[in-house]
Amino acid sequence: MNYQLKIYCKTTALADLRSFLQTTLSELNLSDRDQHQLTLAVEEVCANLIIHSHQCNGSDQIKLEVKESPEKIIFEITDNGKAFNLLDYEVPDLKKVVSEKRKGGLGIILVKTIMDEIEFESNKGQNTCRLIKWFRS
Amino acid sequence: MLTIETLKEENYDLLIIKGEIDASNSVLLDEKMQEMKNTGSKLILVDGNGLEYISSAGLGVFMSYLEDFQEEEIALKIFALSPRVFEVFKILGLDQLINIYETKEAALEA
Repeated sequence: MNYQLKIYCKTTALADLRSFLQTTLSELNLSDRDQHQLTLAVEEVCANLIIHSHQCNGSDQIKLEVKESPEKIIFEITDNGKAFNLLDYEVPDLKKVVSEKRKGGLGIILVKTIMDEIEFESNKGQNTCRLIKWFRS
Repeated sequence: MLTIETLKEENYDLLIIKGEIDASNSVLLDEKMQEMKNTGSKLILVDGNGLEYISSAGLGVFMSYLEDFQEEEIALKIFALSPRVFEVFKILGLDQLINIYETKEAALEA
């Protein structure tokens, strides 16, 4: 099954993203915990794009596609902003985040912990981030 | 939707969070935490019973106060988180940095 959503690049759209994911993921055979965590990981990536790649420019858009197969679920996030490759960022040390009173960096830890695979590609100004979760029997 | 209510009790301040915290509204949590700090609170209890969702934006707010609170000997305690929200704190290891309790009574006794 394939599901698709387009959101504008403003942080208030994150609530719409969550409700879309809630509806979409509730149709799959996932635990409440998994649904919650997958929603969180996808939101973290989209929030990063909205804030850092698009500077909350409400006329820009991000596209999310959810592709489900018997073995895995893929969240494909496409945008045309400044390329933000999650894979370039190392998972920050939590103690450092505390001592530097940083509010950023935590999202990356969440995405990398929750997801099984992350792919990124940038082609002629279009960036695609793929978050993959394998179903375990 | 997010609401944060504050209550000043005799020995502690209570922050009652209801709804979802994300990048669009985490500033509200920041303001309330700052307010608590400024009013000289020494014990801040956070009622997480109505907290349905928290993203890194909200978790980052809690984290950003940890060092100041330690320096100023302000105790921060969170209680009654739902299992799925608590799980998110655990993924980040925040359960090791913030005191989290099952009930308000347990938080007050500790």
